[in-house]
Amino acid sequence: MGILKEQDISVGAELIDPHEVKQELLRKVPAKVARKRAKQIVVNEVHPSEDMPEIGANTRTIPGIITQRGCTYAGCKGVILGPTRDIVNITHGPIGCGFYSWLTRRNQTRTNGPEDENFMTYCFSTDMQEEDIVFGGEKKLRAAIQEAYDLFKPKAISIFATCPVGLIGDDVHAVAREMKEQLGINVFGFSCEGYKGVSQSAGHHIANNGIFTHVVGLNDKIKEGKYKINLLGEYNIGGDAFEIDRVLDECGITVVSTFSGNSTYDQFANAHMADLNTIMCHRSINYVAEMMETKYGIPWIKINFIGAEAAAKSLRKIAKYFEDPELIERVEAVIAREMPEVINVRDEVRKRCEGKVAMLFVGGSRAHHYQELFAEIGMKTISAGYEFAHRDDYEGRNVIPSLKVDADSRNIEELEVHPDPERFRPRKTAEEVERLQEKGFRFKDYDGMMREMLSGTLVIDDISQYETERLIEIYKPDIFCAGIKEKFAVQKKGIPMKQLHSYDSGGPYAGFKGAVNFYREIDRMVNSQIWKYLQAPWQESPELTAKYACD
Amino acid sequence: MLLRHTPKEIKQRKALTINPAKTCQPIGAMYAALGIHSCLPHSHGSQGCCAYHRSTLTRHYKEPVMAATSSFTEGASVFGGQANLVQAIDNIFTIYEPEVIAVHTTCLSETIGDDIPQIARKAEAEGKIPRGKYVIHVNTPSYVGTHVTGFSGMTKAMVDYFSKSNGKKLDQFNIIPGYVEPSDMEEIKRIAEVMGVRTVMFPDTSRVLNRPQTGKYDMFPKGGATVQALMSTGDSLATIALGRMASGAAARALDTKCKVPCEILDLPIGFKATDRFVDTLRKTAGINVPDSLSEERGQLMDIVTDMHQYFYGTKVALAGDPDQLISLTEFLVSIDMWPIHIVTGTVSKDFATRIREITKGVPHQVNVSTPGDMFLLHQWIKNDPVDLLIGNTYMKYIARDEDIPLVRFGFPILDRIGHSYFPTLGYRGGMRLLEKILDATLDRKDRDSPEESFELVM
Repeated sequence: MGILKEQDISVGAELIDPHEVKQELLRKVPAKVARKRAKQIVVNEVHPSEDMPEIGANTRTIPGIITQRGCTYAGCKGVILGPTRDIVNITHGPIGCGFYSWLTRRNQTRTNGPEDENFMTYCFSTDMQEEDIVFGGEKKLRAAIQEAYDLFKPKAISIFATCPVGLIGDDVHAVAREMKEQLGINVFGFSCEGYKGVSQSAGHHIANNGIFTHVVGLNDKIKEGKYKINLLGEYNIGGDAFEIDRVLDECGITVVSTFSGNSTYDQFANAHMADLNTIMCHRSINYVAEMMETKYGIPWIKINFIGAEAAAKSLRKIAKYFEDPELIERVEAVIAREMPEVINVRDEVRKRCEGKVAMLFVGGSRAHHYQELFAEIGMKTISAGYEFAHRDDYEGRNVIPSLKVDADSRNIEELEVHPDPERFRPRKTAEEVERLQEKGFRFKDYDGMMREMLSGTLVIDDISQYETERLIEIYKPDIFCAGIKEKFAVQKKGIPMKQLHSYDSGGPYAGFKGAVNFYREIDRMVNSQIWKYLQAPWQESPELTAKYACD
Repeated sequence: MLLRHTPKEIKQRKALTINPAKTCQPIGAMYAALGIHSCLPHSHGSQGCCAYHRSTLTRHYKEPVMAATSSFTEGASVFGGQANLVQAIDNIFTIYEPEVIAVHTTCLSETIGDDIPQIARKAEAEGKIPRGKYVIHVNTPSYVGTHVTGFSGMTKAMVDYFSKSNGKKLDQFNIIPGYVEPSDMEEIKRIAEVMGVRTVMFPDTSRVLNRPQTGKYDMFPKGGATVQALMSTGDSLATIALGRMASGAAARALDTKCKVPCEILDLPIGFKATDRFVDTLRKTAGINVPDSLSEERGQLMDIVTDMHQYFYGTKVALAGDPDQLISLTEFLVSIDMWPIHIVTGTVSKDFATRIREITKGVPHQVNVSTPGDMFLLHQWIKNDPVDLLIGNTYMKYIARDEDIPLVRFGFPILDRIGHSYFPTLGYRGGMRLLEKILDATLDRKDRDSPEESFELVM
């Protein structure tokens, strides 16, 4: 993408001063709110050698603002554990939480046959009633786990605490320990009450801690393969992980586990046997990678399969890590085989999309990654922001040492991790690491979204509905990307809206085939004639009527 | 198989709900509040509740669903959510400028014991509620009731907060439409209009959740019951409440508060229940039913008589909400279909009795469960197969596994459109339901019939 100049941010011939836009977004809100929002709305400035402007992120949502954000339970049960098919996930709480997280995220899973376990189509809940709140719900939870075991005999059962559970003091972990002993299968709980933390992000962290503590490292089976990696932070929405698996497989790279798209319990248990952790969504999963490096000696790198160029770059990076000419050659061959179709469609679509502008407000990595795909077809991202990311996802990991740990973050447990006495095995020696780094290879690298955006773009954290509407009115983008809650208000304004959580039933958009799908999808959306027909002939503009009247 | 772990053998469960046929109270309260004009629903709890409800309603209606949240964090959960709600009220009135904020609680704020009226008074004392604007509320702990009772509660709150009587009766009738689609609300209004009856409908989500695409977005669209209309309900001649569970409480509250007499009827699904609605409206308003409406009824009966062979003896499994299921079961039985497995997740006192009564002439064993879940329904189907399923989108997993046609009906419908535009209430709604039932069953017949008996004419 590279660095472009401020004057690129224009609508038609009109230049728009982003600082004025920022003031406009803050104008109407109460002063106290404006002060807080001012830190979360940043005019991007990119100077290659300097730090990025500081952005307020991972702070409390302002009540009443109409936020995109969800809760900790959604991040834990919905996002991280939801895509694992063979764990019976029991929601301990009133019925709603389990109901809303039932099959709604489009994380696809593919079993190995009719006998294989798949509980993703089921919703399990203790459906707490008033008496459970008054007298405690542990008894019901215990009974529910027993009933689930009797019915399904799963290899693992997990429990997700909802808001009231924490308040009434039900100890999901004690119940889990007890039932684990009684049933002889793995049973583990998550204290992912919705009110913990400030967004879904806290739930990701809690989920990561739980999986790392209770599952990773339990299965020492050595999987066949020469180049073994884990794919972390890839949730297989619309089949993304299937496409990534296909490409990696063609390269001869073995995926030991995916966290957590199309995943199984055994994959998690076996994850520590991989030789490299690759991270797609830095926000949701970097915790697991960090802990696995400390405990098992597996280095991690940031990769990105969203965007054909990014996918090629990521494959080359993985190959470079393994330092095997055979792999490097094979990866080049795969890229060479995949790219012609990509370039063919890209060039065709680019003719119609070049110069159009996009806005992306979504997630904790997607608002960044999808800018690659838009850039490939010549589209500019003029404003973007995350829903639940932290400052490092915006400004890059170099800000991590300076991040302040506030009261909300302190509530999320930080695991103390030590090298495993038997399983710690550094995959690279210090010399090998140094040699790779000298050649420009970067471990644990994430420079964040802002460095790759244009100067003069607006970066907005936890955007509100009001800001969304004003931004659209001012910039009139050709496409707006967010989630289901934002979708139809944007489209009612006459702007095509692409969901980047669920993909609007589309996808995959990852990898090479995914890029082609995305180019075509965006071409469909920004070049469609349908938007021209919103007005009936008799609703024509007054000017035109006047002209006819004169004639 | 998508539901491959569901065994045929039924074991009683006491603690584990699997594949619920219900969801929680707050979403019903949010939906009802969207039926007030210029109202922003507000969820007092963690922000996830609001996000989930908005997402589910949006997926069902394919429309903007705006609502705010108190965004509780751990601190608010310990010390109470007063500061959050006061700030939210200030922000909402300043930034979004609705006329009404309709607050509903959640399991979190209820467990803490937040007192919403007290917090609203505090907000008012601090000048956070502009003159002529309102904050109303309902208590909807998620561990009590279901989405149906949440809807009922918010509808009753409209009476509690707004209905007034100045002693001078207005020539109008209140209609409380129940937890139905915006299209159904429109249809009920149309029927009343055809009959020449002036009505105030509340809540009224028509033209809120089935609004046109105009290229312009107004957060508060034209539709919804206005505050003025809600206030006037206390002076209406009578209230007709449709659906005992969803609408009964508000109708009774209006009777108690403003002495407006009420008739609580079943939802007008099918000709029998619609007849009762039309006849009640006729008698209460003292008018004649116009021929045009009798002709609509005649059209519905025409389909029933002409297509009877395809209805007769068709075994059906149903899941949904009590109000809908009672009338729907009655409709199916009245055209000689056999509803044999009926499940609702909502506890309703007289539900099983009513269903038993309605189905007593069905020459087949009938299973009813309240509360039951779709896992149980699926098990019943495995033991005693049916020809047709009627229920929400989650039923498509059973439909695919068991290879049974499905008619989507109820809430939520996440994978098809139409429900928000085309009613299933009233005579015309009955015609649409029958069209859908025939499409589903006859398409299946076409698919499965041997070549020699593949029929051109049906």
